[in-house]
Amino acid sequence: MELLNLARQAILMPAGIQDGDIEKIMNRLLSSSVDAADIYFQSSHTESWVMEGGIIKEGSHNIEQGAGVRAVSGEKTGFAYSDRIELPVLLEAANNVKAIVRQGQNAQVGLVKAANWPLYYPVINPLKSLTDQQKIDLLRQVESETRQLDRRIEEVIVSLTGAHESILVANQDGSLAADVRPLVRMNVTVIVKDNSRREQGSMGGGGRSDYSYFIEQDRALEYGKEAVRQALVNLEADEAPAGNMTVVLGPGWPGILLHEAIGHGLEGDFNRKGTSAFSGRVGERVASGLCTVVDDGTLPGRRGSLSIDDEGTPAEKTVLIENGILKGYMQDKLNARLMGVKPTGNGRRESYANLPMPRMTNTYMLAGSHNPEEIIKSVKKGLYAKNFAGGQVDITSGKFVFSASEAYLIENGKITRAVKGATLIGNGPDVLSKVSMVGTDLELDSGVGTCGKDGQSVPVGVGQPTLKIDGLTVGGTSV
Amino acid sequence: MQNQQEIKRLENTIQDLLDEAKKQGASAAEAGLSQENGLSVTARLGDVETIEHHCDQGLGITVYFGQRKGSASTTDFSQESLKETVSAACSIARYTSEDSFAGLPEKELLATEFPDLELNHPWSISTDEAIALAIECEDAARSYHAEISNSEGASVNTHQGIRVMGNSLGFLHGYASTRHSLSCSVLAQRGDSMQRDYWYTVSRNSAALEPPVEVGKKAAERALRRLEGRSLSTRQCPVLYSAETASGLLGSLIGAISGGNLYRKSSFLLGALDTQIFPEFIHIHEQPYLRGALGSAAYDGEGVATKTRDIVSDGILRSYVLSTYSARKLSLHSTGNAGGVHNLTITPGTFDYQEMLKQINTGLLVTELMGQGVNMVNGDYSRGAAGFWVENGEIQYPVEEITIAGNLKDMFKNIIAVGNDVDYRGNIRTGSILIERMSIAGE
Repeated sequence: MELLNLARQAILMPAGIQDGDIEKIMNRLLSSSVDAADIYFQSSHTESWVMEGGIIKEGSHNIEQGAGVRAVSGEKTGFAYSDRIELPVLLEAANNVKAIVRQGQNAQVGLVKAANWPLYYPVINPLKSLTDQQKIDLLRQVESETRQLDRRIEEVIVSLTGAHESILVANQDGSLAADVRPLVRMNVTVIVKDNSRREQGSMGGGGRSDYSYFIEQDRALEYGKEAVRQALVNLEADEAPAGNMTVVLGPGWPGILLHEAIGHGLEGDFNRKGTSAFSGRVGERVASGLCTVVDDGTLPGRRGSLSIDDEGTPAEKTVLIENGILKGYMQDKLNARLMGVKPTGNGRRESYANLPMPRMTNTYMLAGSHNPEEIIKSVKKGLYAKNFAGGQVDITSGKFVFSASEAYLIENGKITRAVKGATLIGNGPDVLSKVSMVGTDLELDSGVGTCGKDGQSVPVGVGQPTLKIDGLTVGGTSV
Repeated sequence: MQNQQEIKRLENTIQDLLDEAKKQGASAAEAGLSQENGLSVTARLGDVETIEHHCDQGLGITVYFGQRKGSASTTDFSQESLKETVSAACSIARYTSEDSFAGLPEKELLATEFPDLELNHPWSISTDEAIALAIECEDAARSYHAEISNSEGASVNTHQGIRVMGNSLGFLHGYASTRHSLSCSVLAQRGDSMQRDYWYTVSRNSAALEPPVEVGKKAAERALRRLEGRSLSTRQCPVLYSAETASGLLGSLIGAISGGNLYRKSSFLLGALDTQIFPEFIHIHEQPYLRGALGSAAYDGEGVATKTRDIVSDGILRSYVLSTYSARKLSLHSTGNAGGVHNLTITPGTFDYQEMLKQINTGLLVTELMGQGVNMVNGDYSRGAAGFWVENGEIQYPVEEITIAGNLKDMFKNIIAVGNDVDYRGNIRTGSILIERMSIAGE
């Protein structure tokens, strides 16, 4: 397969590592009591450019490469990694890792190619898709066109980042899988000032594509317009209300609610250990019958998509909640094996220097039957949250929180004043049972999500249609 | 001795990089690297769960061609890679703009004295010993009470590393440091109520770590006391930030007086220098030269000498927190804070934790904060919180699923007391902080 050769060229050839060397390392790792073992090679090139104060202020180019070796026996994992892709270093790493398994004799394995799997993004190097001059020109164009949009704009900051990553993973059965993952991202932040009041707005997007993504459909310029629009709305915003009220969430990025409130609690590791508020609840009702939630790594070109996960398992579309009933969890190989289910293509790691864990890809709720206007019209008094900054969850108690960056009051079925500084807090296992209307307008986010777990960051996607939640605590300042 | 040789070798690597930058035409350059080894073990339910051997290295270089700059970094230390990294940085500098504020620090601000800050205390612990410690810690938590129902495990971490930095003004220095920690996280359950909490101890010297049994017991106590938490009705009341959550308040202060936010005019403390931002009894200073402390350093990320200094005294903001670039943007001088502050300390008050509770009388004790919810531009503050409801200075019941809100400018001014129950585990050292009034949103 072409991918495998590309990954070999990108990672192994510069280091002088042959397939036979991988077999040697794997054979060092394996013993009769090892349940699983893998060797993960990675090479990534990233770049970033920042325009601020009207000038191209910063640029950087980063190269990261290395390999991680892992052996698993029962619930025990031994792991070692190195930035040096060298046979003696990796053989020593394998020796260290093997100490987790105290007895057993060496096994022998020969490498075989993994079966083919579908690809959900092109095998391209985004860093090479524009010349450096063209990247700079794009930043300048976005900056100057954004700056012209309103006289109250004080500052425009535009950033562009791209990553070209190759991975290669060898498993204990001798299978060798590879992936080449492009990822691009652009962001526009504006600071506006009116009299003495300053506010900011921010918009960005991207995906597993190259830089032409931002030029197509004038996306980059649209980010600028949207950032300005948000900043100007915030200039007019009053203090947010405080207390329990009906909350309508807009489509798209507010799907971060699903990610925090539900998604993390459905990751296999927490459920295998029984530490999640959702543990042992497969088959139970955990949401109103209007809710169907999926995690889908197979969406073409999305930020959270993966052709294969970091353990070599092909990505899947996994139904988490169907018509309100909990169907299953997201799994990596370790937790799937210990729970007696199949891996779901959710085994992800930030890099070779971290152990894989069950992680989300693109998590979203399917569309319902209500017209979004009808949803707003049905609310006498409440909050319409259109955009969010970030969120967090306590897996065990189920409590989650997230901060609205753009929100409005709903009064007598109409969106009225903008409000600022609203934080929403709720309980994951309850919140979806309070969903009383689901819109027809499913949207995915623009491609900006980064999820943190145990100190590891991975790119993710979220999405949802307009949702009405009967009763969520809003933490504003106006009591 | 081995360390000294290794530091010398890595200093040579940095010098080679700087020389290469000069060779490729850069008018100035600065470079830094780190190399770290470590071991982490986790035990769960009485047995080892993971053993991780860490081995990290990375180096980065910034080159200047006059007032244009470019940066590059790599994890590959081979000669060939070093050359490529320098040329990547140089290539970027061809496309960045002239920036009259860019450049190396003023030479006279660079550190010239390097006292031994006692940051390096290697822990010769074997994997088996680390596992035994983790098990002892977790056992203490699990056996603490029948309601401790499950565990996320206990971990022992030990790291040892070397950092070197240099620039083309002749600054070149490296040092070794260590960091060790022990942590434990357990679950408590009573009926339908399930709660998790944790405790940890961290130090540059393993001898200064809290005993494993203490760490385990504290984790268990903290999980147990959260069981059957309730929400509160929406109200205003006094709020006491426990020492471990109070450090976040000071973190917000540092954000607001950091050069980057100031020159971007995105700080709620714009123009607040020499004005009263806290009550008169508040004094906040930086202590970079504390022996063996986690935030100690003789120079910042640019080689600028750090200083023991007041940031706030008598409640008045005396100094910003600046790097070379942000200082120049503000027509000021670097304060030696490229990369952050060094042991930021708020002078403790006279009350201990129990006396601080008495000071609240009736109000909220916050022990956990969730989410971002801090707007640096205008000071708006609204975060998820958990803690305890206090009446007549006594804890009544655990509280969860609420938010606390206010504006940081008002919150700073309305501090009534700072406790002497200082949390020394981080780079920000503070006791608990009592704020006169905040908005609570709940059911």
